[in-house]
Amino acid sequence: MTRRFACVALVLVLFGASASAQQKATAQNVQEISYTSVPNLLKIPAGETLGEAVGVATNSSGHIFVYHRSATTRLWEFDRNGAFVREIGKGYYGFEFAHSVRVDPQDNIWTVDEGTNTVTKFSPEGKFLMVLGRRPPAVEGAVATATGPNPPAQKYIFCRPTDVGWDPQGNIFVSDGYCNNRVVKFDKDGRFLAQAGSEKAGSEPGQFNLPHGLQVDGQGNVWVADRTNNRYQVLDNNLKPLKTYTNLGVGWTVCVSSGPHQYVFASNSNPNGNAPGTWANTGEIYKLELDGTILGKFGHASKEFGGFQVVHMMDCRNPNEVIVGEIESWRVQKLVLR
Amino acid sequence: MKSFTPIVLGAVLLAGVTVRAQNQAPEIAFESVANPLTLPDDIYLGEVGGVAANSKGDVFVYTRTGHPTISIGGSRAFAHGGSRLFQFDRSGKFTREIGKDSYGMMFAQQVRIDPQDNVWIVDQMTGYVMKLDSGGRVLMLLGRKPESVPVPAPAPGAGGRGGRGGGLPGAGAQSDVFNRPTDVAWDSAGNIFVADGMGNARIAKFDSKGVFIKSWGSRGTDPGMFGTVTALAVDAQGNVYAADGGNKRIQVFDNNGTFKTQFANVGTPSALCMTPGPNQFLYSSNSNPPEDFDSGGEIYKLKLDGTVVGRLGKAGKRPKEFGTVNSIDCRSENSLLVGEVSNMRVQKLTLR
Repeated sequence: MTRRFACVALVLVLFGASASAQQKATAQNVQEISYTSVPNLLKIPAGETLGEAVGVATNSSGHIFVYHRSATTRLWEFDRNGAFVREIGKGYYGFEFAHSVRVDPQDNIWTVDEGTNTVTKFSPEGKFLMVLGRRPPAVEGAVATATGPNPPAQKYIFCRPTDVGWDPQGNIFVSDGYCNNRVVKFDKDGRFLAQAGSEKAGSEPGQFNLPHGLQVDGQGNVWVADRTNNRYQVLDNNLKPLKTYTNLGVGWTVCVSSGPHQYVFASNSNPNGNAPGTWANTGEIYKLELDGTILGKFGHASKEFGGFQVVHMMDCRNPNEVIVGEIESWRVQKLVLR
Repeated sequence: MKSFTPIVLGAVLLAGVTVRAQNQAPEIAFESVANPLTLPDDIYLGEVGGVAANSKGDVFVYTRTGHPTISIGGSRAFAHGGSRLFQFDRSGKFTREIGKDSYGMMFAQQVRIDPQDNVWIVDQMTGYVMKLDSGGRVLMLLGRKPESVPVPAPAPGAGGRGGRGGGLPGAGAQSDVFNRPTDVAWDSAGNIFVADGMGNARIAKFDSKGVFIKSWGSRGTDPGMFGTVTALAVDAQGNVYAADGGNKRIQVFDNNGTFKTQFANVGTPSALCMTPGPNQFLYSSNSNPPEDFDSGGEIYKLKLDGTVVGRLGKAGKRPKEFGTVNSIDCRSENSLLVGEVSNMRVQKLTLR
């Protein structure tokens, strides 16, 4: 036991930068929720390959949208049984490096692309409706990878945005992102209303260090997976901080189910790179009430089917059928909870 | 405090002159036609650099879409892709793509149709001004694409885009190689004028066969100098109207480049269009930059003496609002096609 602790301590020293991302959740005595994973969920067309499955979402008909990183970033639609329906946004200028796909209450499909710094709204039929943000213009050439402090955040320009959500009025919320550290609120037509945080990372309430996932509940409160701060933050509709949850491990991604009684799912995803020891500490998903009461947890880090390899996004339209997209196993699984 | 009041008042009055000139222009009532273009399921518009109609009403859209790509290999990096030219019929139905995988298409800047219905495109990154016939075949090329791109890109102001001929930034290069050109126009004799543009700050004149005649202008703020040349228009008398976006003015030159006058009451002119016919008007867009949707964005209608006749629209993402207008087609004075960069769309406007 002592040896293992020493080992872990050494690992923490060696992997100092990622140490915070392999945090064990402090929540105690959490009930295990049993589940099964539906075999052979997605029928990928012959000759095509799914890449890193970073984005997954369903619409009101149960169709599954997968926004993934293959040779190029692509958005695929499957029906509720996993049969391939079509590709959306083929060759679209706003697709370069997928991060999130979400479906709004009107079944519009929204993509968040951290390679082009754009958030795009497509109609249920896959037609372009609106874009927020702007792809850095190619004519300015290949810009060297930025080092040093982030430049000041701009109202209408994102810096590697990560996720999108809507309140019941249709206002748009964007988590932004890897090189800004803020949450932005726009009206339904894309006009800037407010932001919390800034380009600077911070750990106070209302500040963020890599806001990595975002969803809005039925009261209009905004749930933010504040990844590098190892916490989830809840903001009110005007982005004032309400609550912080620090007992769920790393704040990787969050999902709020639909219907009158909403549940929250929060993933303590095992970190990219799978530093030694992390599989024992991380990988599980928590199910909560909106007041933060933990109802249970499920899953664990594993490369085998049924286990998780860095859950990047969850769909929980039906809280008893959670669909997860994984980065490192290029996989989408539908989990039926008991 | 009291003693400051007259000074402050005076300053406000002075500063207010241009603002009031803009804001007092009457609003022109207009509608935006819903869904003016119909795209196939597998084609998406990106940022619209240019939109133009020919004499039959066919609509051409030169757009930044697909994936601008740098290939790795060898000691140089090669760039390609990133823009496409689409044609639609007068009802807005997609007809075809022109110049698929062309060497000259990387960063769509503008498309214009000449009186013979030839299609001219200007590409800001390859530096080409391309003349295509109505069938899409290349008839003439002005400029040349830099063979490779430096990686990482040199700092702004460090020189041209890495190809030959870019010259020093803002230099009035006496050649037919451009540095981020932005627009093309013709006089009634068929002479060709190129706005060159963002990297250089000059206007180049060619004869109808593409023979370089002269260029004028360099970086600066004096009359005849430019901050940037963002758009061009030529009237029936052959006078050249240049949008000097960097200096927030439109400059007017005679056919040989002699400065005549300037209009400084229309914000930052970013797109120009000259109506045809005997009684010509000039449209000019005070385009909002992509990072700001809370000010500007309106389009002005001017008489050729610079009098503002009216204005329409503002920055925004809804119909009848504009997101960084880069192109205006005004073949019909009261039916405009408007191409937007940061809204990635074309609107067809009917003016009342």
